[in-house]
Amino acid sequence: MIRQPLFNANGLPQAIALSERVHWVGALDPTLRTFDIILKTANGTTYNAYVVRGSEGVAVIDTVKQNFADEFFARLESVARYDEIKVIVLNHLEPDHTGALPELMRRAPKACVFISQKAQAMLKALLKQDEFEFTPVLTGDTVSLGDRQLEFLHTPYLHWPDTQCTYLPEEKILFSGDVFGCHFCDNRLFNDEVGDFRFSFEYYYAHIMRPFKDYVARALSLIEPLLPLTAILPAHGPLLRDQPQRYVQRYRELTGNALPSEISGNEKTLLIFFISSYGNTKRMAEAIFDGAAGVDNVRVSLYDLEGSEVAPFVDLIEDADAILFGTPTINGDAVKPVWDLLSSLTVINLKSKLGGVFGSYGWSGEGVRMVEDRLRGLKLRVPFPGLRIKLIPTDEEIQQCRQFGQDIAEDLVGIRPARIIDIAELG
Amino acid sequence: MAKATITFEDINVTVTAPAGTRIIEISEKVGSGITYGCREGDCGTCIMKVTEGWNNLTEPSVLEDKVLRENMAGKHNRLACQAQILGGVIKVKPV
Repeated sequence: MIRQPLFNANGLPQAIALSERVHWVGALDPTLRTFDIILKTANGTTYNAYVVRGSEGVAVIDTVKQNFADEFFARLESVARYDEIKVIVLNHLEPDHTGALPELMRRAPKACVFISQKAQAMLKALLKQDEFEFTPVLTGDTVSLGDRQLEFLHTPYLHWPDTQCTYLPEEKILFSGDVFGCHFCDNRLFNDEVGDFRFSFEYYYAHIMRPFKDYVARALSLIEPLLPLTAILPAHGPLLRDQPQRYVQRYRELTGNALPSEISGNEKTLLIFFISSYGNTKRMAEAIFDGAAGVDNVRVSLYDLEGSEVAPFVDLIEDADAILFGTPTINGDAVKPVWDLLSSLTVINLKSKLGGVFGSYGWSGEGVRMVEDRLRGLKLRVPFPGLRIKLIPTDEEIQQCRQFGQDIAEDLVGIRPARIIDIAELG
Repeated sequence: MAKATITFEDINVTVTAPAGTRIIEISEKVGSGITYGCREGDCGTCIMKVTEGWNNLTEPSVLEDKVLRENMAGKHNRLACQAQILGGVIKVKPV
């Protein structure tokens, strides 16, 4: 296969053909090393945008980051005139894909913008104006370009609420947005020509898609019936024209558990993490463990944060039904190892897991409340107020800890009796 | 002041509270699985299902209706950060 040059004889960027009617008109960002603060990239990235030509008009699918707009427009102009552009599709509104949108809308005023149902408010906030036309679409909606048609797949939360995929049935090509993408810049563009990007693909999934595993699974149930595809064209990284189904299969594998399950179907898992300076929070943790372990169908585990790196716990927590944190209060705060673990949990979905906090303290004990607030912020449910004990727990207080563990375990397996309480009791 | 009872069906807890109380003020404290994002009626994270007592809640504002629509919320769904209880019996659960 002859490699197509990214620049013409005059040094101007030019489009790369994927087929007679489909072109890549994106931009290369090879020197980028940090993306969105949270991601590193050893190979930069690409901002992929595409042009689809039908007998009755042209569609542009996604744009590029604003400071790469010149490269994008030059490539676009190499395959289409602005007055031919009938459709602009935005699979994802993040600025790295919509940076050239305002200028594109100005240059192609006849074009209608197609976005997902959930993208509407976001688009208005992005463009800072209300007076423009757009069409919100859902799965099953289509737009015709004459002898080519674009079909929309509603695939939200991959990795923003607004995300969608666009399918070109006549060529069996999926424009997937950030799904199946990665930060990897190689001017050979195609997955059968670029360097080894497997690490980047896995890393991108782990940091961008993993928190939304359930939504990935739902999206795959829309995408898998489209197989075999001739190509998956993501918004970042290599264009997947060689065995695109492999990437769909890999995503399906990644939606499973990171670790094989070791418990039976009717058991619930409760993980207790603690760290202790004088052994008091440790004694609390052990008593809570005892109380919880006495409840049937709850598998309780106890971990001292002093003895481990953070990363292995993230996989455990992803699968757990409940997590408790024991922290002393030092200088008016929970301690760093606890915060380190908590700040590592944004890559997994914690919604509606049961959470709880406990800890010994010397004089003010703010740490427990701070971690409770953090757990709620991470969207856990926290049904019991944190248990705080001043310095060394008495026998009576150790019994309170056992009861705390038992209450949490009973709540977890749903055997707590119905309760009627007055709002005044909630504090 | 009129009192209402609101039941969080996911955890089987019923709370007696005065009219005007927002559900967000109760649900987190009792540990219901209704979760919150922006807490100001914009993001749609706290969409919940009202299984009983729809008319015992304040009516959704135009803005809440818009957020529910954009998030393709189902029938009898409300934003827990916006809905206030008026009286009588209300039952809710996370979606």
